[in-house]
Amino acid sequence: MSTIEDLKTAVINGRRKDVKTLVPELLESGIEPSALLSQALIPAMGVVGERFKNNEIFVPEMLVSARAMKEAMNVLEPKLLEAGIRPEHTALIGTVEGDLHDIGKNLVATMWKGAGFDVIDLGVNVPAARFIEAIEEHKPHIVGLSALLTTTMPAMRDTVAAIREAGHTSVKLLVGGAPITQSYANEIGADGYSRDAASAVDAAKEALGV
Amino acid sequence: MKYKTLAISDPAKLIYGVAPNPIETRHGMRIGGGLIYPELNFTLPDINIRKEAMPEIARHYKQIVTEALERAAELEAPGVMLEFETLPPMTEHPALGMEIVNILLEGIERAHGKYGLKATLRCTPNDNREFIRPPVMRSGRYWDAMLELFDQSAAAGAEFLSIESVGGKELHDDALVNGDLRAVLFSLCVMGVRDMNFIWEHIVAIAAKHGVHAAGDTACGFGNTAMVLAERKMIPRVFAAVVRAVTAVRSLVAYECGAVGPGKDCGYENPILKAITGCPMSMEGKTAACAHLSPMGNLAAATADLWSNESVQNIKLLGGMAPTCYMEQLIYDCRLMNTAAAEGEASALKMRDWLVKSDAGLDPQAMIITPESSVAIANAIVASPSHYAAGIAAARAAVKILRETSEAGCLRIDAREAGWLDRMEDELDDMPDTEDAFIEEMMEEVDLEKFTPADYGLPTTASA
Ligand code: B1M
Repeated sequence: MSTIEDLKTAVINGRRKDVKTLVPELLESGIEPSALLSQALIPAMGVVGERFKNNEIFVPEMLVSARAMKEAMNVLEPKLLEAGIRPEHTALIGTVEGDLHDIGKNLVATMWKGAGFDVIDLGVNVPAARFIEAIEEHKPHIVGLSALLTTTMPAMRDTVAAIREAGHTSVKLLVGGAPITQSYANEIGADGYSRDAASAVDAAKEALGV
Repeated sequence: MKYKTLAISDPAKLIYGVAPNPIETRHGMRIGGGLIYPELNFTLPDINIRKEAMPEIARHYKQIVTEALERAAELEAPGVMLEFETLPPMTEHPALGMEIVNILLEGIERAHGKYGLKATLRCTPNDNREFIRPPVMRSGRYWDAMLELFDQSAAAGAEFLSIESVGGKELHDDALVNGDLRAVLFSLCVMGVRDMNFIWEHIVAIAAKHGVHAAGDTACGFGNTAMVLAERKMIPRVFAAVVRAVTAVRSLVAYECGAVGPGKDCGYENPILKAITGCPMSMEGKTAACAHLSPMGNLAAATADLWSNESVQNIKLLGGMAPTCYMEQLIYDCRLMNTAAAEGEASALKMRDWLVKSDAGLDPQAMIITPESSVAIANAIVASPSHYAAGIAAARAAVKILRETSEAGCLRIDAREAGWLDRMEDELDDMPDTEDAFIEEMMEEVDLEKFTPADYGLPTTASA
C-alpha cells in the first residue's frame, strides 16, 4: 500500500504521473487532504527548496517538483475548500510600476507556493493603486514587491507609502530585487527583505512572526 | 538565409579591431579599421523619470558626457563611442529621450571642438512593446513612440541606431527556467526571426533616410538572461552556452535586413556574427561587471571592435563619477590591445590568444565564443537552408564543441551538468524536419495568452 512518504518522494523527484495516481489512492485510504498537504507536499517542497539553496539542483528541476505539487493541489484544493480549510497565509506579489523584470519575482512566488502560501501574482508593471485594490480584495498577510531597475526603486518606495497611507498598516511588506538592499528596505519602511528566492520563505515567515 | 558563406572563415583572422567591413564615422573613427575603441554606456542612479525631474536628469547626462569625454581626451583616446541606451519612459515619451540625445550630441561636439576628440553617438531606444501583455508587436503607441525616437535621434545626429528587441521573449523566459531547448528554438528562430525581420526593415529605412547607420541588435533578453541565470547557478552553464549559439540566428536577421554594425555590446553572440557578416562588433566583458557578472571577461574582448562597459550608474566613486572611471578602464584596455596590434599581426594574435585562453577552459559559455567555436557555429548557420534549420544546426554545433572540448580535457564542465548534453542532444534529435511541422506542434503546446500569433504571422491554432 502506498504511503504519505511515497507521495513526498514523488513530489521531490518531480514524478507527476505518480503523483496523479498516488493522491486519489491515499485519499481513498482515508487520509485527510490536509494531511497530504502538510505531511507530504509542503515538506517535499521544503526538501527541494533546500537542495536548490545548496546548489544541488537547478531551477528546471525545482520547477518539475513544483508542477508535481500543483498536480496534487488540483485535486486537493477543492476538497480543502469544501472542508473550510484555507491556506494559513495569503500572499500578493508583483513587480512595481514601470518595471517588467519578473524572473526573480516568479521564483519567489514559486517558493512561497511551495511553502503552502496561497499566492496571488499581480504580474509586472503593477501600479500602487492596483496593489491596494488587490489588498482590499484578497486581504493578504504579506505583500511582495520586486524591482530590478534603479529607476523603479522610487516606485517601490511610493507603493509602500501608498499602501500604508491607504490604511493597510498590518499587512507585512516584503521587498527584493537586484538593486534592493536591507538598508533600502528599512529606509522605505518595508517589513522584510530577502536577497534571493531561496531565502524568501524564511524572510516572509520572519516578517509574519511564525 | 542571406549569408551563404563566411566573411571570416579562418579563426586566425577573427580578431579584435579588424573587420572586413569597417565603418567610418563623421569625426573620422574607422570602426573595425585596425583599432579597438572604447564604447561607454551609462545610466541614472535612483531617480523617478518624470517631466518634473528632467532638469536633474539632464544635469546627470551633461555631467556624464562632459567629464567622461574630458578624461578620454586627457588619456588621448583615438576615438570614443557613447551609447545612449534610454530608460523606458525616455522612449515612451520621445521628447524626454531627445532632450538627452541633444545633450550628448552637444557634449560630443564640444569635446571635438575643445580637444579634437573623435566621438560618436549610438542611440538605443527601448523596446517597450511588452509593456502591454500580451505585447502588441506591430502597431500601437509603444511601437510608434519607438520609431519616433529612432527617427528624431537620427535626424539630430546620432550616427548609429540599435535596439535590444524583445520579439519572441514572451515564451523564452519560461523556456529558460524550464531548461526547454525546444521552446528556446521556437522563441528565437520562429518568433524572434519573424519579429526581427519586421522591426529591422523599419530601422534600416530610418537610418537610410537620415544617412546614418543601422547598427545592430542583441539577443540580450535571451542569451544574457540565460547567462545571468547560469551565473546564479539557476540553470546549467552548458544550457546557457547552447542558448547563446542559437541567439546568433536571431541577431543575424538585423544584418540580413541591412544593418552594418557595430553590433551591440551585450550581444555575446557577436563573434559568430562577425564571422558571418564581416561587420564590426561591440563587446563587453570584465568592464561590464558593474552591470552583470559574466564568465568571459577577457575572452569577450578577443574579437571586439568596440569595448564596452554595458551600463553604469552615474554615482560617485573614489576616483570620480562612475562613468568617468569606466571610461578610463575601457581606454586602458583598448590602449593595451592597440599597442599589441601596432607591433604586428603576430603580437595581436598573441594578445588575442591570451584573452581567449585565460577564460575558455573554465566555462562552457566562454568556450562557445572562442574564435574557433564562433567560426564552427557560423559555418553551421550559413550551411542551413532556413533560420529554423540554422537554429538546430547552431545548437548541435554547440553541443558538439562542448562535448569534444570537455572530453579532450580543454573545458571544465560541472559534474551535475554532464547529463544535460545528452538531454539537449535528445531534444534536437526529436525536432521535426520542417519548420511548418514544428510550428504546428508548438501551437498545440504554447500558452496563447502570452503572445499574439498574428503579430508574428503565425496561425492562431495548429489546424488554422
Ligand atoms: C517580494 O520579495 C522579493 C524577494 C526577493 C526578490 C524579489 C522580491 N525580487 C527579486 N528577488 C530576489 O530573488 C530573485 C531570485 O533569487 C532575484 O531576482 P533577480 O531578478 O535579481 O534574479 C533573477 C533570478 C535573474 N536576473 C534577472 O532576471 C535580471 C538579469 C538582467 C540581466 C536583466 C534581464 C534578464 C532583463 N532585462 Co534588464 N536586466 C538586468 C539584469 C542584470 C542584473 N544585474 O540583475 C538589468 C536590471 N536591466 C537593466 C536594464 C537597463 C533594462 N532591462 C530591461 C529589460 C530586460 C529583459 C526584458 C531583456 C530581461 C528581463 C526578463 C524578465 N522577464 O524578467 C529594460 C527595462 C525593461 C523594464 N521596463 O523593466 C532595460 C531598460 C534595457 C533596455 N534597453 O530596454 C539594467 C538596469 C539598469 C538600471 N538603471 O537599473 C540591468 C542591471 C542590466 C544592465 N544592462 O545593466 C533576487 O533579486
